[in-house]
Amino acid sequence: MNTKHYIIIIIIVITIFALPLIIFPAAEYGGADSAAEEAISGQGYKPWFSPIWTPPSGEIETLLFALQAAIGALIIGYFVGYEKGKRAKKEIKET
Amino acid sequence: MHIMEGFLPHPWWELWFAITIPIVVYGVYRLSKVTKKLPEAKPLLALMGAFIFVLSALKLPSVTGSSSHPTGAGLAAVVVGPGITSVLSMIVLVFQALLLAHGGLTTLGANTFSMGIVGPIVAYAIWIACKKARVPTSIGIFLAAALGDLFTYVTTSVQLALVFPTTRGFFDAFLTFGGIFAITQIPLAIGEGLLAVVLFDFLAKYKGQLLSTMKVIKLPVPVSTQKEAKKQ
Repeated sequence: MNTKHYIIIIIIVITIFALPLIIFPAAEYGGADSAAEEAISGQGYKPWFSPIWTPPSGEIETLLFALQAAIGALIIGYFVGYEKGKRAKKEIKET
Repeated sequence: MHIMEGFLPHPWWELWFAITIPIVVYGVYRLSKVTKKLPEAKPLLALMGAFIFVLSALKLPSVTGSSSHPTGAGLAAVVVGPGITSVLSMIVLVFQALLLAHGGLTTLGANTFSMGIVGPIVAYAIWIACKKARVPTSIGIFLAAALGDLFTYVTTSVQLALVFPTTRGFFDAFLTFGGIFAITQIPLAIGEGLLAVVLFDFLAKYKGQLLSTMKVIKLPVPVSTQKEAKKQ
């Protein structure tokens, strides 16, 4: 595979993730975890333990989720760039 | 796949911890062994942890009208093995339980079991089977990552159905939770499989020698030339 194949695959991935929004624009897209939580609470169950700390608002929660993704993306980007740079340097030396 | 804090009553939450802890301990042992024997594999461990970090932070819309997130653990299982993957998954789950109120400390055992143990073992088994059957690498990686992802959510459905069977029993509850989790997960699992194929292809190209040392892939050409060099 080359870069062109990578780009094609990534476009397919984006399409898969974006398609539901186009087909069902009116859906709520709530979390599946919360849906399960509701199904259980519907049976009359009360959780016996609550989170020690809850993000004070949806904004803060989004911030922390974005931070989690950013940390991961940073490491992946660093790794890919480092390996590509190393290979390019080696090729320059060989020629 | 996150079972929310406090949603597993006694004795279920203890049971999942009892099953999970020995496997995570084995994972820590594997982790220390690999980092000692093969220090050059450290960036690869960081990369696999990072892949899990990104994918499990992305809540994506699905055709069922609800959203869920992939796990990233399938690719890690193929590259660094299911044992180490259980440790990496647990780290992410602790992060999410403490800082995001997503999942929980009492349900950590159960959530690590679905995301860090069953999913990775399924992915690893599929990868080994595909390798034996000489299925092309990319298809093997796709199937391993996608089905590993899906089975994590099937496991969560089983875990919840065991504790909260409906009046019509376990199977009825399993279908309810499966409808919430597993069906939502299908398109996300396909997406995760494709992303894993891209990252693995890059790894095979740039870290082929290391992956071959770790017995993930075979590099036929350099090995045979080495043998010929020895013969001469």
